[in-house]
Amino acid sequence: MLLSNLEMVPGRRVLKHLGLVQGSTVRAKHVGKDLFAGLKNIVGGELKAYTELLQESREEATQRMVKQAEAAGANAILNIRYATSSITSGAAEIFAYGTAVVLE
Amino acid sequence: MQAFFDYFDVILFVTLFVLGYFAGRWNERRHYASIRKRERELSGVLLFSNRFPPYVTGRVETRLVAGSAVISGDYFKNVLAGLYSFFGGRVRSYESLIDRARREAVLRMKAEARKFGSGMIINAKFQTFAVGGRNENSVRGVEILAYGTALGPAPRA
Repeated sequence: MLLSNLEMVPGRRVLKHLGLVQGSTVRAKHVGKDLFAGLKNIVGGELKAYTELLQESREEATQRMVKQAEAAGANAILNIRYATSSITSGAAEIFAYGTAVVLE
Repeated sequence: MQAFFDYFDVILFVTLFVLGYFAGRWNERRHYASIRKRERELSGVLLFSNRFPPYVTGRVETRLVAGSAVISGDYFKNVLAGLYSFFGGRVRSYESLIDRARREAVLRMKAEARKFGSGMIINAKFQTFAVGGRNENSVRGVEILAYGTALGPAPRA
């Protein structure tokens, strides 16, 4: 499965458009991580636990999108976009979407 | 001793304020030094927001690359930002925070592209997300996500 946020792939033609595919996940942080992050909030710096959490969520959302594209018979997803929104103060939704296509 | 407990709130605030100022400044300096060093190392990976690659002849390997970082402010910055939100104006203390997060995210994206042997990223997109939202009591940080498409080496004509 080829993933790209371009609208085309250099040197390869799109044979078929299969429409929009998407994947999303809602993740909450856990208390232990939050405690340490609270200390970091005093002295500043990177919240590594949060960076990892959001990255993992993004990977999961991408995986779900890929599964949908595979089911549709695509071999690539083009024009991929990501969106993040906070549902409550403790949880965030990560959303990935793109266009499933069949490349030559 | 009684006075210590009477003014505990004030003492705690001043301690955190001063600690936040010095520790935050030290952290920021160290981070900027690291950012500048890695920016020099990765200056060979070019970054564009173009939607189309500059060379379109022949097949080129592509890969989706991304980088992200969540940076937290310190106590001093948070108090200052609270004051700014009352008086209005340019919140300089947060500008540097977002600048650090964005440059860090770009560096991580570039590092991923280099691992793939790419010297160019196109169609770069940025996204900002406030961790913890506007809740005063929750941990606050700003996440910047940078993503784009890394192109493989240009095909030889």
